[in-house]
Amino acid sequence: MFFSIELLFEAVLFGLLLGCFYAAVSLGLSVAFGLLDVPHVAHPAILIVGSYGAYMLGTYGFDPILAGIVLMPVFFVFGVLLYRFYYETFEKRGSQAGVSGLAFFFGTAFIIEILLIIFFGVDQYSAEADYVGGSLELGGIFLPYRLLAAFGVALVMTAGLSFYFSKTFTGRAIKAVGQDELALRLMGANPVRIKQWAFGIATGVNALAGAMLIVVNPVEPSLDRIYIGRTFCVVVLAGLGSMSGTLVAGLLLGVTESIVMMFFGVSWSQAVAFALLLFMLGVRPQGLFGR
Amino acid sequence: MENILEVTGLSKHFGGFTALSDVTLAVAKGERLGLIGPNGSGKTTLINCISGALFNDAGEVRFKGQNVARMAANARTQRGIARSFQIPRPFGSMTVRENLLVPLSYVRNLFGAKAVAEADALLHDMGLADRADVLSNQLSQVELRKMELARAMAAGPDLLISDEAMAGLSGAEVEEVLDILFKLNAKGITIIMIEHIMQAVMKFSQRVVCLDAGQIICEGSPQEVVANEYVQRAYLGD
Amino acid sequence: MKYWIGCILVVLALAGLSLSNMNEYLFFAGFVILQGVVLASAWNILGGYAGYVNFGVPAFVGVGAYTALVLHLAIDAPLLVQIAGGMVTAGLLGLFVGLLTLRLRGIFFSIATIAVIFILEAVVMNWRYVGGATGLQLTRPEVMAPFESYTRMLFVVMVVMAALAVSVARYIQISHIGRGLRAVRDSEEAAECSGVPTLRIKLIACVASGGLLGAAGTTMPMYLSYIEPASTFNLTWAVSALAMPIIGGMWHWSGPLVGALVLGTLQEAVTVTISSELNVLVVGVLLVVFVVAAPDGIIGLIRKWKTSSK
Repeated sequence: MFFSIELLFEAVLFGLLLGCFYAAVSLGLSVAFGLLDVPHVAHPAILIVGSYGAYMLGTYGFDPILAGIVLMPVFFVFGVLLYRFYYETFEKRGSQAGVSGLAFFFGTAFIIEILLIIFFGVDQYSAEADYVGGSLELGGIFLPYRLLAAFGVALVMTAGLSFYFSKTFTGRAIKAVGQDELALRLMGANPVRIKQWAFGIATGVNALAGAMLIVVNPVEPSLDRIYIGRTFCVVVLAGLGSMSGTLVAGLLLGVTESIVMMFFGVSWSQAVAFALLLFMLGVRPQGLFGR
Repeated sequence: MENILEVTGLSKHFGGFTALSDVTLAVAKGERLGLIGPNGSGKTTLINCISGALFNDAGEVRFKGQNVARMAANARTQRGIARSFQIPRPFGSMTVRENLLVPLSYVRNLFGAKAVAEADALLHDMGLADRADVLSNQLSQVELRKMELARAMAAGPDLLISDEAMAGLSGAEVEEVLDILFKLNAKGITIIMIEHIMQAVMKFSQRVVCLDAGQIICEGSPQEVVANEYVQRAYLGD
Repeated sequence: MKYWIGCILVVLALAGLSLSNMNEYLFFAGFVILQGVVLASAWNILGGYAGYVNFGVPAFVGVGAYTALVLHLAIDAPLLVQIAGGMVTAGLLGLFVGLLTLRLRGIFFSIATIAVIFILEAVVMNWRYVGGATGLQLTRPEVMAPFESYTRMLFVVMVVMAALAVSVARYIQISHIGRGLRAVRDSEEAAECSGVPTLRIKLIACVASGGLLGAAGTTMPMYLSYIEPASTFNLTWAVSALAMPIIGGMWHWSGPLVGALVLGTLQEAVTVTISSELNVLVVGVLLVVFVVAAPDGIIGLIRKWKTSSK
């Protein structure tokens, strides 16, 4: 595969679309880990559950995006319950809490993956929708409709969450609880309730992101593993606590991955997110926009 | 009398916020220095820069004639600076005695029976001898404060910094801790005491330094400093 | 002293077994269980003592395995040299990850360890010399005197390795290094002020833990007569290596040993009788159950039962 400007341009364009999708997929983690400091390595596993959920609803005739929206409240409730459980069991524990919390989420991610294998098998599943097939032609480059759809939804999600966290009262409270829990408590707000709510939102958003995932790519249970890399890469690259940074970071990852895939092949491109993650941790751990 | 600690032109910023601005301070060997100032004035930041928990942005920290400003905290402890923490930080999974064994082995290279004997002696001086085998996360507040001091002493320091060791203690407990600090000073250890409890500061200090908004606003004998109008304004507000 | 006597006796007894007439399968299974002992004890040096969770066990195991393979292919190195080489490279990997992330919060270390798995897997997949993505078949001698089979010899190697791993873990725990690690875990700031060289001690734990994890991997190519990246760098290693110390008990060297024996035997039983997917599910579920309900593991439960029945 020799180097050419057209190929590079195509890779960059794909990368931007893909990157926006990566950003949307990482939004939930940006809240759960970036703002709430929960070591939520099970986030990608829940994402995949969203994909399978969208698939299941798809067999009843639901459009994937619609399926994702329908699943959001279900995931929201699950998120609230999960956080509550995590808080009661681990955050109160003191110095061993770090190890236990991480182990808990890791174990949960694994259980989810195995249950998916047991129920759905290891084969790949795709979503059926009008726009999954064709492409938009733009000056010789073919942009798949499914990527454009995901891009659109992702933009809306990112904008929506950014707005929520900067303009609404609860949203700002969530940002505040990450920065100064004591001050929030003194103002009469209950930090645990706020964190619960935030975690619920993070998980609810995952439902829609998962639905988008199955539109973009076929899914299989072990997909959560590589998405640990992608989502944490985006969150670390953005900087903990930065919503808008997530979009920029996602785009950066998407473009880098796309270029590597175009010129070096798929097997290398899967390591890009992880390599970028390590690089950021070593060079600038607070991320591009972090506090 | 030579100076054991010389801080010159020390500055520390956190992002846009200046916590310490051009602080210059000298502490003589064997002195009892009181460090006061309202909340947020930079006392703990100054202590952190001296002990190595933080690195200062500008200025020098000379301990026993050597500039330690770029040394890690554990290296400074090796040289003879020890401190207690405002909010006690016990090694919760260890007993009281084991807490002391850490500095005993890492700073003074004592192991086995010798270390245990030394730890027990220190605990006896602190009045904690009967709590030696208790897990440190089960101690009461005053016991925790005493253990902090005992652990700092286990490192065999020449300079001990006590960061609000008496906060929240009853009158009698304050006297207990004060007593311990006097005894330590009598053995030749230089002590910097950060406190809000004014009677303790007055009673203990030979000299007092007052910080406000990251700068030293007054220095002198306890009586002088307390009477100083800037100090009063800093504490009571305009 | 008691420990060493017991340790040597066990090693000799197990080695003696290998010269007997017992069913070959037992040595296959025994190898796997003992490998678990090595992994669990090694993991716990960093995880239980220092409080840093290493998810990247597959990376360390993989580095050990592939180093052994390279040494075998390039210079036909004897097994001991392969093991030594694997320990060195895995130890260096531990040093690298440690230097990169130990100044940051614990979770960044953990995420970095996951990252290393996938990066190394990508490297190996694109490296034709070691077989790339498809892997490599290896020939190994059928017999290795005085043992009836090569497997039995590997079994004995594993026995010694397990004894070594447990002994190292025990030494670290009861020495002042172990106390220093616990101090760092309980309060890093206070540890620094008590003279503990926190970064250095964490790096020592990283190198020791990593090296031993790598050692466990070095015998894999010979054991399987086959090596390929997907199963070598499989994340299932990570869940097992995490589950064994948590189930057994993280704060004492006997915990990982107990956890490995219990979980290893259970896993063999499940895989043979039911299925291998269910096996992984069992590990995951036990991990979560213990982390939630019995965080001090089996050893902790035994201790509680002993003190309450006094």
